[in-house]
Amino acid sequence: MANRREFIKISLYGAGFLAAGTGTYKVIKALSKREKEEITKLAIDLKRTPTYCEVCFWKCAGWVYKTPEGKIWKITGNDEDQHCNGRFCPRGTGGIGMYYDEDRLKTPLIRTEERGKQVFREATWDEALDHIASKIKEISSKYGPESLALFTHGSGSAYFTSLFKAIGTDSIAEPSYAQCRGPRDEAFFATFGEEAYSPEITDIRDTKCLVLIGSHIGENMHNGQVQEMSDAIDKGTTIITVDPRFSTAAGKSKYWLPIKPATDMALLLAWIHEIIYNEYFDKKYVEKYCTGFDQLKAHVKDFTPEWAYGITTIKPDLIRKTAKEMADASPAVLVHPGRHVTWYGDDTQRVRAIAILNALLGSWGRRGGFYRPARFTPASPEIPAYKVPSKSWTDLFPGKFPVATSPISNALIDASIPENNPGFPIKGWFINGTNLIQTIPDQGKTLKAIQNLDLLVAVDTMPMEITGWADVILPECTYLERYDAMRASPHRKPALALRMPAAETAYNTKPDYWIARELAVKLGLGSYFPFEKQEELLDWQLKKIGSSLEEMQRVGVKNFDREYDDLYIADDEDVTIFTDSGKIELYSAYFKQNGFDPLPKYIPHEEPSEGYYRLIYGRAPMHTFSRTSNNPNLTDLMDENTVWINPKVAKEWGITNNQLIWLKNQDEVISQFPIKARVTERIRWDSVYMVHGFGHAQKQMKRCFGKGASDTQLITKVLEDPIMGGTGMRGNFVTFILEKTETEVAS
Amino acid sequence: MRYAMAVDTRKCVGCSDCVVACQTENNVPIGYCRDWVVEVTDGTYPQLEMEIRSERCNHCANAPCVRCCPTGASHIVEGGIVLVDSTQCIGCGACIASCPYDARFPHPKGYVDKCTFCEHRIKNGMSPSCVEVCPTKCLYFGDLDDPSSNASVVLKKRKYKTLIPEAGTDPQLYFLI
Repeated sequence: MANRREFIKISLYGAGFLAAGTGTYKVIKALSKREKEEITKLAIDLKRTPTYCEVCFWKCAGWVYKTPEGKIWKITGNDEDQHCNGRFCPRGTGGIGMYYDEDRLKTPLIRTEERGKQVFREATWDEALDHIASKIKEISSKYGPESLALFTHGSGSAYFTSLFKAIGTDSIAEPSYAQCRGPRDEAFFATFGEEAYSPEITDIRDTKCLVLIGSHIGENMHNGQVQEMSDAIDKGTTIITVDPRFSTAAGKSKYWLPIKPATDMALLLAWIHEIIYNEYFDKKYVEKYCTGFDQLKAHVKDFTPEWAYGITTIKPDLIRKTAKEMADASPAVLVHPGRHVTWYGDDTQRVRAIAILNALLGSWGRRGGFYRPARFTPASPEIPAYKVPSKSWTDLFPGKFPVATSPISNALIDASIPENNPGFPIKGWFINGTNLIQTIPDQGKTLKAIQNLDLLVAVDTMPMEITGWADVILPECTYLERYDAMRASPHRKPALALRMPAAETAYNTKPDYWIARELAVKLGLGSYFPFEKQEELLDWQLKKIGSSLEEMQRVGVKNFDREYDDLYIADDEDVTIFTDSGKIELYSAYFKQNGFDPLPKYIPHEEPSEGYYRLIYGRAPMHTFSRTSNNPNLTDLMDENTVWINPKVAKEWGITNNQLIWLKNQDEVISQFPIKARVTERIRWDSVYMVHGFGHAQKQMKRCFGKGASDTQLITKVLEDPIMGGTGMRGNFVTFILEKTETEVAS
Repeated sequence: MRYAMAVDTRKCVGCSDCVVACQTENNVPIGYCRDWVVEVTDGTYPQLEMEIRSERCNHCANAPCVRCCPTGASHIVEGGIVLVDSTQCIGCGACIASCPYDARFPHPKGYVDKCTFCEHRIKNGMSPSCVEVCPTKCLYFGDLDDPSSNASVVLKKRKYKTLIPEAGTDPQLYFLI
């Protein structure tokens, strides 16, 4: 299994995906009737340009309309786009605010005093990039290029990843792995040999039973999923929602299971027990595609609904009834894998239980379960081979997190602190599009790591907290001002989407491609970016498939036919499953080899002590966490978060609706800003809930500074997932402070 | 012709996309809105019910705002759409006080503003921008005199209610329950 990481990378682009650039794919449809009408009817001197959204990772393709004066008027969805079906979500519609936000970063800045004091001077791009290049060279020669780490998120990731691989490091981490979806990916790799992809390959459109485990679709505005869930509601699909909070989805569900937090595993095991011991499982499917059934059956023997009742507080008959509902819908049943799943530290195992449940119900690769994705991969220009780094991120803490397939952001942070004795030191951070202060739990550790760095560069559109700690701040332009690589995400049909500039570049900002290439040139690595401009690369790629940049500018999106009619597994079809055994692994021999439980177990988690409540956080549909919290259009919809408190609890404390209170966690950390109480029946009495991404401490973001509280600040206890290094963040407990004492205010 | 809108409270997730799409389409200044979202929760944990509604001007057939307008700025056009002529409006606020739905607001430019059902779009055969953008497709718009319109079809199929019917305004915003 030494090559597992490489193997997975290959398998992603192996069977099931289209080969690149063969030039024979038929364009299904160009301009829709509605769009043609829209253009003819509205057009005075109206211009529209295609884009795909960068407000979240869903990357919906749409149109930017401008007024005759050239001002951005509105952004709407592209009818041909599978991600959005012509309908943008509030964040995409309000993406216009990213461009017009007057608090944007406006010019490169270089630090003039020590970190912790935000004293910068304005610099030219040349000066800023020269400074970074010389620092990179210095760190490379002193410690080796592997001592440079890249933290990255969003469309710019591709270019900066290329740059840092060329420099000679593989310490390239996306916080979306260890702080979000990583446990899910590893659980699905272990079970099915494939991840759940992004957008997820969940076939909600055709499901007869949708099961949500803490997944709050509708509050997470993952566009295609929200749309498909809405269609499912229309069709009367059974929805089962497991959540300690009466989420929007719970409000639309046939069954809401108001589970005691941190006990989901017990419920999942009881469901598996019910499905096996009542012979509800898809026998033919399990026999043909799965391995380890007997071990699983023996393992769950005692996990009865009665056993789970004592743990979860969900009544046995409700557990039985919902198991039967799933069985009745099988294989068109979808136990949703979730996305942000870093909760309690046993998250990979919890999602393994979800994967096992899906396997038993025969939903993997089946209509109404998980479809099989297809992707179009644009041609890549020839570039020199990347140097193999002499030391890899896996050497930082040998033996830890053996199953991780991506670098772990928090491990890179740990490796920046000398007393943690990493295999080699991390001395430079290059951060693109991610606000590590609000993203990574245990802020104290992040700040300590920063003090040990020789270089910290932050690329962003906004003066986020992390930019305040940077040595050099590089202001990137927004997605509305630039070309980017084509979106080529997997979906039901292979597709490409174009982003092009809709407006003049505001201020002295630059696109990520330009920044990465200029820096590469200064480092003597220009050959890794053979095209001077992004649009030249795009045109070259498109001409390879008989299209052109000019055509894509008109249509925005191109959908292609699938190479084979294989959206679902056909009856009795022989399919390749990319696990070691070539089967869906109910029992994971791979986990066993690596010293982990081959079958998921319930482990009790710590509970809040008297007067404390479990801190649960989530999303609001009009925000993408802290990324949008200063967006003028979106703050107009929601400009602060509230803390949800059950009325019984509020009464005990004498807290009333809208009262400003402070939260204090188990480690005596008090929220920097007060937060309004929302007294509501929608939350259990043992928990409180808040939307993530507020409570900004960065004064330069004038609209969101000090509005609401930051959950990240209160997440000082991290429940690390030993399997893949994920940071479980739901093991923190808070109590209320109604009035701050003088010393507390001073601190 | 009788334009109306049906809002499916079972599908609406309260994302406020209708609000921001209206704001950009109609250049509504930030800080103001012509449509908004209401969430009502009933019951005690865990016996709970929730209704989410996207609300706006009800384009009442018996519109108090039109009756009380001293200048005639508030008026009704074809299809029953209630509009404000900003050039005639003196911003006195009588209409704001008379509206039981709180659907009107004083625009910073000195006149009263409200939802127009995107009259500029529907007269060109398009839907109001809120209807067009809604990711849950919970908004149905159309002519109630046309039995095949989206609004007519869904109102025939589903149970619905109107808001504050006792005000006697004959509202034309229907909430599917």
